[in-house]
Amino acid sequence: MDAPVIDLLQLYPRDMNIYGDWGNVLVLRKRLQLRGYDVRLHEYNPGDTFPDQVDLIVGGGGQDSGQNKIQADLLQLGGRLRELADDGVPMLAICGLYQLFGNFFKTHTGEVIKGIGLLDVDTVGGPKRLIGNTVLESEEFGTVIGYENHSGQTYLKGGTQPLGTVTKGEGNNGHDSTEGARYRNVVASYLHGSLLPKNPAVADFLVRHAALRRHGSFDDAPLQIPFEEQARQDAAARPR
Amino acid sequence: MRHLLATLAGKAVKTVAKLRGGGSALPGLVAEKIDPNFLPRTLGNLPQGVVVISGTNGKTTTTKMVVELLQGQGLKVFTNRTGSNFTRGVVAAVLGEATIGGKLGADVAVLELDEAHAVHFVKLVAPRYCLLLNVMRDQLDRFGEIETTAGFLRQIAAATTEAVALNREDPRIAALAESVTAERVHYFGLAPQLRAMFPNDDDMRSGGTSDISDLPAADVVLSACEGASATFTVGSRDIDAELKLTGVYNIYNAAAALALARTVVGADVDEEALLDSLEAVTPAFGRGESLTVNGKPLDLVLVKNPAGFRLALRSFPPEGFSTMIAINDNYADGRDMSWLWDVDFDSLASAGVAEVSGVRANDMALRLFYEDVPVRHVDTDLSASLHRFIALEPEAPKRIYCTYTAMLALRRELGKLTEVEVVS
Repeated sequence: MDAPVIDLLQLYPRDMNIYGDWGNVLVLRKRLQLRGYDVRLHEYNPGDTFPDQVDLIVGGGGQDSGQNKIQADLLQLGGRLRELADDGVPMLAICGLYQLFGNFFKTHTGEVIKGIGLLDVDTVGGPKRLIGNTVLESEEFGTVIGYENHSGQTYLKGGTQPLGTVTKGEGNNGHDSTEGARYRNVVASYLHGSLLPKNPAVADFLVRHAALRRHGSFDDAPLQIPFEEQARQDAAARPR
Repeated sequence: MRHLLATLAGKAVKTVAKLRGGGSALPGLVAEKIDPNFLPRTLGNLPQGVVVISGTNGKTTTTKMVVELLQGQGLKVFTNRTGSNFTRGVVAAVLGEATIGGKLGADVAVLELDEAHAVHFVKLVAPRYCLLLNVMRDQLDRFGEIETTAGFLRQIAAATTEAVALNREDPRIAALAESVTAERVHYFGLAPQLRAMFPNDDDMRSGGTSDISDLPAADVVLSACEGASATFTVGSRDIDAELKLTGVYNIYNAAAALALARTVVGADVDEEALLDSLEAVTPAFGRGESLTVNGKPLDLVLVKNPAGFRLALRSFPPEGFSTMIAINDNYADGRDMSWLWDVDFDSLASAGVAEVSGVRANDMALRLFYEDVPVRHVDTDLSASLHRFIALEPEAPKRIYCTYTAMLALRRELGKLTEVEVVS
């Protein structure tokens, strides 16, 4: 029997793939393969045709210039992405794409860059960059570890839940101790680091929902990944 | 008088700091405090002026090359050899060589400057020439964005009075031509068939290279490169060179050094001597250095960003070598480890990695696991890893990819086993 297929899509790898976002794609693909899935990796850049079948979406951070390059394309893709999110497609949006998944990004100079409103969050350009090793506590995922590097300050609106509460670092905005955002099976965060290699609970959450939605089942046996726990402990113990 | 006092006090502190085994910044601080005009005075009246070399990668090796090329043309060159590329480090280097009266017996100063610190430096001393190498993303935890770093380099270019040498293949560097006030802009570059070997950060995932139409003409083009053999096209002439440097990035830096040296010397350049000097240049410390341990070669390869690490892996095939990777995340290395995920480690999959070490050894080992690269030992203790690495396969030539502070620690440890040049 053929292995069950999962279609994994990386959004804008050309312009929004800085800070090791590729690591998140690698980890999702490997963890699916280790559980017996055949992973089809798709890349979507501005102007490409969006694939018909998508089970899992990853999008990363970029320079401000990268965000400018994808903005128009993302806005016309927004309706499709919102539908998929509402329908339970798991997504991981890091840094720049996290900001553009929100309502808007108001820059330092007062310019307003429209987001796709998939997440009810607003972002404003802050006076200083928030940079450094970061640790948060999350009810869903336990201790989450990564590295933040952003000047945008994001505020959660309405009932939007954070990914976690920072115990080390600045988080969404440096004020309210929240970090990241959650909506259905969408996880958004400023942590690159990369996020998934050192946070297998988040990786498996995304993988599980992709498999459940596509195939109706998922064998949740934990994987034994060497060095994973040590890498987590090392990262958590490093200076900011 | 103030200048004399600053020189004397600085020299005194330098002597004391040296006795205590201290760093090079303190004497500079003292001299600067006493005489804020110290640098403009000592460097400002050199007959051939000041040359600044900056960029995120390759500064140290390129500076060494430029210095030796200019010396080969008969110039007396002052440089900041310790790699302390901050303004205070330059002051300290001046203190080391200046007479009590504060005079440098040199024709020209060739200075490697850190991007951010160069901005302060050029306000004190306007360089006559500058060479801007590249903007890679290894300093994002310091400056946030690549564009910030490019902005620093723009200020250096704008402050330069006579001629600027730019990397034609790095779009952020080439774009600086627009903000140059110096009369002349020179370029160094790559032949089209070599461009794919040097992906810049924008090409990291797209596989291809950026749009390369309408590139300006370059004074020096690296047109072929195989091992340590290289062909440089200078004007319409092809020059074949057998270098003592390896690694395609070092050889591309040689093109940069040639372009700058020819610019500084001008019409009187002795091309034969230039080639002789270039072929004699050995790597700067820790940058592609080849040591000998137990009669076998051991290469240290400095890696600090994804583009550089990828180039290093392409430059050195792993077959026949025993490989170690040492990753630290101290301040000087950069604290952010995300970049390891943008390096393609596939080429190591067949030979495997004998030792993974450094503060972030486990991060590196996890990265290799996800690329199916077998790893024999993982140990955060650099010294233990190094000794096991050397002991387990005594007959194998060895290669260690290491971040900056890991390189320093490994050199100290290697110094106990073999002759390692001490740079103070």
